[in-house]
Amino acid sequence: MNKWWKSGAPWIWLHGGAVSISIIMVFGLLLLILVRGFSHFWPHPVAQITYTLPGSAPIEVIGELRRSETLTGQLMREAGAPIPEEQLFVTRHLFKLGNRDVTGRDFTYFIDDFMGEWRYPRDITVLERREWGDFLGQPVRLLENNRPLNLAADELWPEFRRRLERSTALVDDIRHIERNVIGRINHQLERVRLDRRRAELRDRLTPELEQQLIERREQLEAHYAELRHELDDLYAQSRRDTIVMRVAGGDEVDIRLDQIVKAWQPNAMSVFAKLGFYGKDFLDFIFGYPREANTEGGIFPAIFGTVVMVLVMSIIVTPFGVLAAIYLREYAKQGTLLKAIRISVYNLAGVPSIVFGVFGLGFFVYFLGGSIDRALFPEALPAPTFGTPGLFWASLTLALLTLPVVIVSTEEGLARIPSTIRQGSLALGATKSETLWKVVVPLATPAMMTGLILAIARAAGEVAPLMLVGVVKLAPTLPIDGNFPFLHLERKIMHLGFHIYDVGFQSPHAEAAEQLVYATALILVLLIVALNLTAIQIRNRLREKYRAEGD
Amino acid sequence: MNTLAPATATPTHAAPSLASGLFNSETREVRSLDEEQIALSVESLSLYYGNDQALDHVTMSIPTKRVTAFIGPSGCGKSTLLRCFNRMNDLVDGCRIEGSIKLHGTDIYARDTDIAELRRRVGMVFQKPNPFPKSIYENVAYGLRLQGVKNRQILDVVVERSLRAVALWEEVKDRLNGNAFGLSGGQQQRLVIARAIAIEPEVLLLDEPTSALDPISTAKIEQLIDELKENYTIIIVTHNMQQAGRVSDYTAYMYLGKLIEHADTMELFTNPSTKETEDYITGRYG
Repeated sequence: MNKWWKSGAPWIWLHGGAVSISIIMVFGLLLLILVRGFSHFWPHPVAQITYTLPGSAPIEVIGELRRSETLTGQLMREAGAPIPEEQLFVTRHLFKLGNRDVTGRDFTYFIDDFMGEWRYPRDITVLERREWGDFLGQPVRLLENNRPLNLAADELWPEFRRRLERSTALVDDIRHIERNVIGRINHQLERVRLDRRRAELRDRLTPELEQQLIERREQLEAHYAELRHELDDLYAQSRRDTIVMRVAGGDEVDIRLDQIVKAWQPNAMSVFAKLGFYGKDFLDFIFGYPREANTEGGIFPAIFGTVVMVLVMSIIVTPFGVLAAIYLREYAKQGTLLKAIRISVYNLAGVPSIVFGVFGLGFFVYFLGGSIDRALFPEALPAPTFGTPGLFWASLTLALLTLPVVIVSTEEGLARIPSTIRQGSLALGATKSETLWKVVVPLATPAMMTGLILAIARAAGEVAPLMLVGVVKLAPTLPIDGNFPFLHLERKIMHLGFHIYDVGFQSPHAEAAEQLVYATALILVLLIVALNLTAIQIRNRLREKYRAEGD
Repeated sequence: MNTLAPATATPTHAAPSLASGLFNSETREVRSLDEEQIALSVESLSLYYGNDQALDHVTMSIPTKRVTAFIGPSGCGKSTLLRCFNRMNDLVDGCRIEGSIKLHGTDIYARDTDIAELRRRVGMVFQKPNPFPKSIYENVAYGLRLQGVKNRQILDVVVERSLRAVALWEEVKDRLNGNAFGLSGGQQQRLVIARAIAIEPEVLLLDEPTSALDPISTAKIEQLIDELKENYTIIIVTHNMQQAGRVSDYTAYMYLGKLIEHADTMELFTNPSTKETEDYITGRYG
């Protein structure tokens, strides 16, 4: 035993144990997110059950089983459930019922003991609606302009799918016109207003100019009226069809087809149909826009906002960090002052991120942004342009947050360059700055990339400071679009990290949001991995390029 | 002082010539510095690193288009002296210089000296090959590009000429755009010499250029030095006395920051005028 102790084996076991615990924790986390996140898109079967509470009339339940749990009878009795005295354990099931607008509650627990047979009728249909969440029921008949269509039972579903396709296409057209075409007109109308205001402020508003502006506005308004007309027409067409659904309990509910995003009959789907549905649903999630206070629909604006913000941050932080590091390492006189500066920079990395957020709001947004508004955008005041949280300030705050990482890595990279290479350049008659920029800095680029990788990893996952400086629950527009100047640094953005917080903790439908939180977290993790892999790829290529002998 | 037998491979008996193993069979006319054209003249040069004196009133003349070798034990100041000729010592903090060095009559330590211009005139090759992390072509073209030469034709001509001068052209002409780090150590060192002569310096300083190389590469570099002295004034620092004997026309022996003896190589090796030199070249030093 003593020999074993002396051999150092216990230490190896200790180190190995520490490593395995870390790995288990990391993979456990990823697995949890993966399983929970990916199961969100699977079309789960929907059960039809008769539920009879002792002493009350039986009710019909149509719902999707979310999870089951076993509790003590005592606990349930205290909660008021009619459980017999002698029963020790009770199993209850959480069902997603949908039909938020009809029953008022999305999710309900049912006690296993009082449930009848679980049946899975093939015609149970789930409708994903633009408002009010999912609808679960059985289709009864189709209405066209409020007149019932005469269809055989087996024709109802195919006909419904055809008509749904038509109305979806119409709704997509409406969306496109509203979001893009009318968005552009609004943008241009605002430009006309601002042009007028600017001319006014500078005392250059001549009658000719005013006339010109009025003409521009009238032109736009005429175009708008035209579109409005077209839209009304499209709206009328999209409202043509209605489906009548039978809900649990026997009531019939009318649902207009333009209110429906997707419809599926989970109990009638084969595994392959489910897989196809799953893939499509996943893509819709990634490329769709959020609905219903972010608890439904996609997260595209949040993905887009996160990526754009991280890219803008990289563009800001890299030159700043690299220049600062070069100065500190190559030019500054090494001494007490430099040591103090270096310690301050290193400690900046340890400051809680929310502090950066407060600083960003106070200094960047209100002070800098306010000054920019007064100097460059006086025509828009009192509405702020840059004097309000936005993409640029969020990126700048993150750049400040990640600056120490880039500085430290770059400095270390510069310190590693052998002095013989510098001397070789100097001996050829290069000045110090020529040596620096032609030989030393290129050699240090892999180290800079390492810094950038660390910065991206930190920035993409940061949420707290962003809530103060530019990330919002719902941004009406993307930061990049077809309107000049294409990249709108002043716009507010959505962010995956904040989206998780918002959906998970700020949404009115906590149960509905749970899976969405995991799915969004999964996308965030994947996004950070993708950003990092890109940066690592670039670094490896640079390393290969500047590979020194024996390195 | 030293009670142990001196570590030497050569017998210690001397006369008529010293048994340094060199010039045993060879004879040539002994040259004199007085008859040479002088490229660099050093006058009473002292150099201090902080409070440590590294060079002590060195006075010497370096002849044009000849190879001058600096020999001496480690720490004797020979590399320091070499680095004074292109002012590389300026990079060392706390380095102070007294005295003067004149390159063709102009003081290189004058206040208005353009150091970059000086280094273009006095090229240098280091102990360890130090190619830049660029292609072979760009390594050779580096000095010219610094001078603002952009014309591809001129660059092509100079790169080829320089690489031919160091006998590297045949080996690398098919991979001029390949990374310089892909070359062997000996090739790298020749590449670095090509890089130095691409800007046509007047003087070429070689700081132990073969100490990191194998014997075959060393032989190639030595042959190259022999060819280069047609056009360049060469100063070489070496630990290897055989090498000094093989490649140099003049040799300077330095000890503890002082120049002890500076004479025709054959003369110095066969008939040293001081006891210290004799002890060193016969291996009794220490």
